[in-house]
Amino acid sequence: MIRLSNVIKSFDTKQGTLTAVDNVNLSIESGEIYGIIGYSGAGKSTLVRMFNGLEKPTKGEITLGDSVISKLTGKALREKRQKIGMIFQHFNLLWSRTVLENILLPLEIANVPKHDQLEKAYELIRLVGLEGREDAYPAELSGGQKQRVGIARALANEPTLLLCDEATSALDPQTTDEVLELLLEINKRLNLTIVMITHEMHVVRKICHKVAVMEKGKIVEEGNVLEVFKRPQQEITKRFIRQDTDPESEETDIVLAQVFKDYPNGKLLHLTFNAENSKQPVLSQLIRHHDIELNVIQGSIQQTHSGSIGSLYVQVTGDSTEISSVLADLTKMNVEAEVIEHV
Amino acid sequence: MFKSLIVGEGLFSQYVDFEEVNWERIQEATQETLLMTAISVAAVFILGLVIGLLLYETAGKKSVFAKVLHLIVSMFVNIFRSVPFIILIVLLIPFTKQLVGSIIGPVAALPALIISSAPFYGRLVETGFREIDKGVIEAAEAMGANKWQVIYKVLIPESLPSIIAGITTTAISLVGYTAMAGVIGAGGLGNLAYLEGFQRNQPTVTLVATVIVLIMVFLIQDIGERVVDRVDKR
Repeated sequence: MIRLSNVIKSFDTKQGTLTAVDNVNLSIESGEIYGIIGYSGAGKSTLVRMFNGLEKPTKGEITLGDSVISKLTGKALREKRQKIGMIFQHFNLLWSRTVLENILLPLEIANVPKHDQLEKAYELIRLVGLEGREDAYPAELSGGQKQRVGIARALANEPTLLLCDEATSALDPQTTDEVLELLLEINKRLNLTIVMITHEMHVVRKICHKVAVMEKGKIVEEGNVLEVFKRPQQEITKRFIRQDTDPESEETDIVLAQVFKDYPNGKLLHLTFNAENSKQPVLSQLIRHHDIELNVIQGSIQQTHSGSIGSLYVQVTGDSTEISSVLADLTKMNVEAEVIEHV
Repeated sequence: MFKSLIVGEGLFSQYVDFEEVNWERIQEATQETLLMTAISVAAVFILGLVIGLLLYETAGKKSVFAKVLHLIVSMFVNIFRSVPFIILIVLLIPFTKQLVGSIIGPVAALPALIISSAPFYGRLVETGFREIDKGVIEAAEAMGANKWQVIYKVLIPESLPSIIAGITTTAISLVGYTAMAGVIGAGGLGNLAYLEGFQRNQPTVTLVATVIVLIMVFLIQDIGERVVDRVDKR
């Protein structure tokens, strides 16, 4: 449904040409929730702004359905934009308008008849759960409520695509989850394609079907969320995943370093379990079948949109042939095992 | 000490000799001042919005047309903002004569009043527009708003407190300008204070004119603040 081919965006700055988006190819299917993750400055905001023509690619093409959005200008572009919703990190609501009036804005812009405007706006207020707050001004709302208004506003003209630019980054963890829940529900109910820009793997894991990892303007890794979580290829991807699965990674690292020092003969393993084997007694089977000692250091389990992912740091002590057969067994059981050589 | 007290008493009595005051003339002059202020404020408001919009919309654009327009408008603004009002009014005498057919009376003061204040107000409006969160404008553009929709649905409502605070300040300075214009024949309270108060040496008339001007200024300030409070929902 959305296709980006060889998209390049560069800016002329005083320091020379800056390539914000560097030869990106992507395709996103209808109804998908697609996450684009990267650190700030990776070019993801610029990338998402090309989806609705707020930025024009320097080279390459962006196709939405049957229209090449990167070639549209003027009225045609504005009409296309009415069918692409967008929500923002800082909500970008008009402080001068009430909740209801903010939601009416896109309808006014699209010249929807007055009577239909109100009906639609109230329907959206119900959808995002803001009944009773219609006449409040943004200044009177909490962050989560503001983003709900943002979502309602973005859905007003019944878009086929919703762009989320760091939509949960200004919210606390609890509110983040509520907003993500809402987005997931909307995706299911309206079969809406959602493209999410974020720097939090947590957001990707919670609701995205697919993910692309962006670094220095390039997509360095891409795939199904579960797959990427199980077998991350790039260093940056591993870092993003670790930040999510093990928020206290620094402390884990200290313990790991200590274990390394105290037990130089042992092997440190990082095991990643998927949906089917995360509920199996993998460790006890290993101990029963092999002459080894096991020491569990850190473990966690996370829910993704399409199943759970477990992560476990263990130390295995035993002779090297025994350890090799442990690794072979793990592969057989479909558990990803990474030997940690240094911390 | 005794002598100076008498002098003091004499000084005070000069200001409260209400016999000198012709209340009908005061009323007439007040109406003239109000008329000049009201018309010039209305004109400055509209012109200032246009100037502010032009400045805002042409700033930092790449097209040659926008650049040239920006240069012309900001030059116009900077020149007329810098010329002292009393000089401007003299400078504009031939222009006023052409336009209104006379250089005497309240109407004759209008061109100078408007030309002196509209650029100043235009700058205030531009500043108000600049203070709007860029994200809000981007959001409207992302909804498919055209330029006009962005202007009247976002720019103006979102900068309304600055627009109103700005016109309040401008209106107050316009009251002052009408007094100056009065001195060279535009009528109003300034004219009265000059002709009757100064030239006929009737300080009480000057005092009364001053008090009325002060009341006007305080009223304008108060109304302005109230309106700003009402529209500001931040």
